[in-house]
Amino acid sequence: MTDPSPVLEMTGITKQFPAVRALDGVDFRLLPGEIHALLGENGAGKSTLIKVATGVQESDAGTIRLGGVPVRFPAPAAAQAAGISTVYQEVNLCPNLSVAENILIGREPTRAGRIRWKELERQAAELVARFGLDVDVSAPLDAYPLAVQQLVAIVRAAAVQAKVLILDEPTSSLDRQEVTRLFELMRRLRDEGVAICFVTHFLDQIYEVCDRMTVLRGGRVVGEHLVSDLDQGGLVRLMVGRELAELDELADHVRTESAQHTEDAAPALLHAQGTGRRGGIEPFDLEVRAGEVLGLAGLLGSGRTELARLLFGADQADSGTLTVDGEAVTLRSPADAIERGIAFCSEDRKAEGLIPALTVRENIILAMQAARGWIRPVSARQRDELVSQYITALDIRPANPDVLAGQLSGGNQQKLLLARWLITQPRLLILDEPTRGIDVGAKAEIQKLVVSLSDEGMAMVFISAELEEVLRLSHTVGVLRDRRLVATWANGPELGTDQVLSTIASGVHE
Amino acid sequence: MNTVGTETSGTDTATSGASGNEALARLRRAASHRLFWPAVILVGLMLVNLPSTPDYFSIGVRHGHLYGSLINILIFTAPQILVGVGLTLVIATSGIDLSVGAVVAIAGTAACWWVVHASDQNAATTALAAAGIGLAAGLACGAWNGFFVARMGVQPIVATLTLMVAGRGVAQLIGNGQIITVNSSSYALIGGWWGPLPSGILIAAAVVVLTILLTRRTALGMLIEAVGGNAEAARLAGVRATRIKMTAYIFCGFCAAAAGLLLTSNTSSADANNSGLWYELYGILAVVLGGTSLAGGRFHIGGTVLGALVIGTLNNTLFALGVPSQSNLVFEGGVVIVVCLLGSPKFRTKVLNLRPGRRLPVPAAPTTEA
Amino acid sequence: MTAPVLDTSETPPKRAADRPKRFAALLGSKRLPVYVTAALFVAMYIGGYSRYQNLNFGTGQVVANLFVDNCYLLVAAVGATFVILSGGIDLSIGSMIGFTTMLTAFLVQKEHWPVLLVAPLALAIGAAGGALMGYVIHEFEIQPFIVTLAGLFLFRGLCEMVNKESIQITDHTVTRLALFHIQLPGDTFLSLGAVLSLVVLAAAVYVLHHTRFGRRVYALGGNEHSALLMGVPVGRTKIAVYTVSGFCSAFAGLLFTLYIQSGDPLHALGLELDAIAAVVIGGTLLTGGSGYVLGTLLGVLVLGLIKTLISFEGTLSSWWTKIATGALLLAFILLQRVMAAKRR
Repeated sequence: MTDPSPVLEMTGITKQFPAVRALDGVDFRLLPGEIHALLGENGAGKSTLIKVATGVQESDAGTIRLGGVPVRFPAPAAAQAAGISTVYQEVNLCPNLSVAENILIGREPTRAGRIRWKELERQAAELVARFGLDVDVSAPLDAYPLAVQQLVAIVRAAAVQAKVLILDEPTSSLDRQEVTRLFELMRRLRDEGVAICFVTHFLDQIYEVCDRMTVLRGGRVVGEHLVSDLDQGGLVRLMVGRELAELDELADHVRTESAQHTEDAAPALLHAQGTGRRGGIEPFDLEVRAGEVLGLAGLLGSGRTELARLLFGADQADSGTLTVDGEAVTLRSPADAIERGIAFCSEDRKAEGLIPALTVRENIILAMQAARGWIRPVSARQRDELVSQYITALDIRPANPDVLAGQLSGGNQQKLLLARWLITQPRLLILDEPTRGIDVGAKAEIQKLVVSLSDEGMAMVFISAELEEVLRLSHTVGVLRDRRLVATWANGPELGTDQVLSTIASGVHE
Repeated sequence: MNTVGTETSGTDTATSGASGNEALARLRRAASHRLFWPAVILVGLMLVNLPSTPDYFSIGVRHGHLYGSLINILIFTAPQILVGVGLTLVIATSGIDLSVGAVVAIAGTAACWWVVHASDQNAATTALAAAGIGLAAGLACGAWNGFFVARMGVQPIVATLTLMVAGRGVAQLIGNGQIITVNSSSYALIGGWWGPLPSGILIAAAVVVLTILLTRRTALGMLIEAVGGNAEAARLAGVRATRIKMTAYIFCGFCAAAAGLLLTSNTSSADANNSGLWYELYGILAVVLGGTSLAGGRFHIGGTVLGALVIGTLNNTLFALGVPSQSNLVFEGGVVIVVCLLGSPKFRTKVLNLRPGRRLPVPAAPTTEA
Repeated sequence: MTAPVLDTSETPPKRAADRPKRFAALLGSKRLPVYVTAALFVAMYIGGYSRYQNLNFGTGQVVANLFVDNCYLLVAAVGATFVILSGGIDLSIGSMIGFTTMLTAFLVQKEHWPVLLVAPLALAIGAAGGALMGYVIHEFEIQPFIVTLAGLFLFRGLCEMVNKESIQITDHTVTRLALFHIQLPGDTFLSLGAVLSLVVLAAAVYVLHHTRFGRRVYALGGNEHSALLMGVPVGRTKIAVYTVSGFCSAFAGLLFTLYIQSGDPLHALGLELDAIAAVVIGGTLLTGGSGYVLGTLLGVLVLGLIKTLISFEGTLSSWWTKIATGALLLAFILLQRVMAAKRR
């Protein structure tokens, strides 16, 4: 491919959020007639970059040029008018309107202000048919499954005379056949000169349909390559990043120990047999023993969070049995799980962890207090002792229990949530992406904490997108892909990154 | 808790640092306290009365009873304080109860209905039973609301709207559409004078103190704030949110019922149409004035009491100035809007040019959006 | 750049192949509440007919009176339909009606302004009030219920600022307009108010179902965030919705004045609840995005018929209206909950 002048050129894009710098001087170029993969793990900055490009958020610094002309997008409508069309990760259509309206809203054919319904439906039906989609355009959108809705969203985006088409993980709800159809359409549009930016977590798809790629990590661009120049292993390594040298010792410590663990005939603390939930995760078998760290690896959307939520009763399993200490249990709510000594730190600290309007002190004591019930408050003395003890132990900063929790940085928020659970002295601690979006120092501290807690006999489930981290800390490693637990291995020196990576990438258990 | 942030709020003026700025910073610090403006308004309103009523602040004793303008205001405000306190807890769970006015009417008429049908209206047992029935009616209404909000997941505005519509009808049904007049010395005592003080003040004070103890001495207050602050996070931390919400609505029903008893006993009659009329609005206004956010989370019982006093004093002042009582509503509507605007982050940034939220001695500013 | 031309060689779609089966989808159908309300209306009418046959319940005028006696409620409910469809709520309706009656009565009776001048003025004030509330709601992101609650206070209070006591209207034009009847076949008639309310209804049907603005209202109620991302001018639409509601409230106020020929600070107290009830009973989702204005008409008719039945019964007192309204409102809210649960 020659190097024509880019359609969309973003330079030096920086976006600062209160707790984290989401984008740090990102350069991104989109050429006409290419399918360009935008890659990176969660928190790498992909979503923010797309939001900036589509006018949902404005960047703090940097310029956007469209066809060489500097532009500003204060609102999504402005980006759309300029020819940037977007399909978002979640279906962003109006489920209550008809398929036809969703495709053509804002461009409805009218005569003297009156919508020409027949014409509207004819146009929509034509567009839908071109995509080979078999839907009744007069039916409301929510009469169709999510996959169809997603395809409708793509039809809508393609129907505009777009110069740039941004597809933000459009394939997560599509089956193989639908994906094939989508790719056909994408290629067709590309050949007509449309620049397509494609975000996906399915690596195979990148090699199937994309021409070039840009990889983000930690808000920076770490690589811009032709797809043909980089193999899958190299790509995953680029996305996941290099490990921290200072933590290598941890790995040795854990790995020498893990052999003993697996041979230990200690009864399982928690045992899942055929546990699953439709639309969440397929039935899986799992065992966790006291003092064992079970690491779960897999890309975003592979079902790792869904698995954890079932173990905690945050969602209810619809199949299989769960035993705790050999006793079958039904977890109807998190409170049930907590009663049995299970604790869970959600990956979404903001929505599912923190109560930002309460103080650090209240946030830390919350789970313990909830378990005791409101009638038996933790005494002020005991509370203050515990809180200051854990603030010191975990080095939460500022070390002021009266600060509102919402005002801590990401790493400190994470430590605060850990403190919340450690106070309840759980026997099984489930950590979902505890190191995401926090600075390197805090990350190292949390990793060390995981090791020392397991040494003290606490069972852990440790979920992370960073493979090195999982391999470093776990006694047992499970790999998830496409909402399935595809493999579990005892960790050891013989288990290499490559083996796990290839299982993540291919789903084949070697 | 809120005072923490004010420690360094002066830093934004530090660059132009002068001693005059320090005083300004101190003033700003005081002004940023959530009760500063309500308190200023309250004092201002009282001072307005001084020219026309020179003995406004004096309290005397007549026939063994305290009297004076301030006492009158307290008597008038007591039922509103009761309703406001109950509503505070409901709003803190990020809910709302629009039916409090109707519950006031139901409880009042139910109690009076019992008294009228008793064999001996004057017996102390009659009054006690009547009070019991009124409170039970309030608890039932609260449980009804709580059931639909907490268990069925109906939006609070909607769930309580139905009781607001139907509740007045129920109250009229109990009273058969008539104003029930009771002739019971014992029932009248509920809202009468207890020693030198009117009972309303004592009851309201008792409920306020009990509520503060109940919420702050136990963990109820914190759990309510957790549910209101982030319901999903609270659930994942093991808080049984359904029970907490249920408790708040039942308590609110109880408070409204107490207000209903007070009002009907005061006048020895129950008017299903007008008893507790506009109380949901006064209640919400008191809560908002007191610094509790309508979005839920942190609540301030003391603030609500102050808010209710502001409303009571405003009504009293307007009455004293000869302004027709209905136009109080204009002022109150204006106050609601102003308070809400001041609380809106967008308004603060756009119009007042203030940074949203307070500055805090931490490296990161408050997280508002991810 | 041309519009992307897509390959048409694919097989033509089989019509409605993916569409769920009609029967199975009945509980999920958005029209279900409307059907239920229609059935309820018919059942109530038949019940009333069999019971009060001898009291002339069967005459056409009983039906016509449903329109005559509830014309103002219909117009108010139409305005509320716009707001609720967009996902908001307007609690200021009753106060706005009361204020309009007061203002109209005052200007016509005391100041002797011509009706032709007063009516547009009242409508303009109503629309402006609604627009102001919409602006505050949108611009400063304050919950609609609290803003319109403040509106409720303000307009109710303004009533008394206009005049303290109720004003009887004896103006000739008003009286003549109030007595103006349109004869219908079968010895029945409709009042001017009833006809005007039906005109408003027809206009609302047209706007909601056949204009871009109407579809934006639905889009807003379906998912505000999505609507924004799809390029719908959310702010303008929101403000317009509250403007429509304010206008309709003022219009309802004029009809109320005509109906009752007086202005009173306590007119239409709590009417917002009747209006909201009519909208919900008429099948509009309180969460917005789904419903029909014609359903609202049905809702108004059901509420009207309840009143009629109670008055025919004679021994039942008026408060049963409130209880029945509340009970119906609750029943329909629960129906909405069940339907939402089924859908998921």
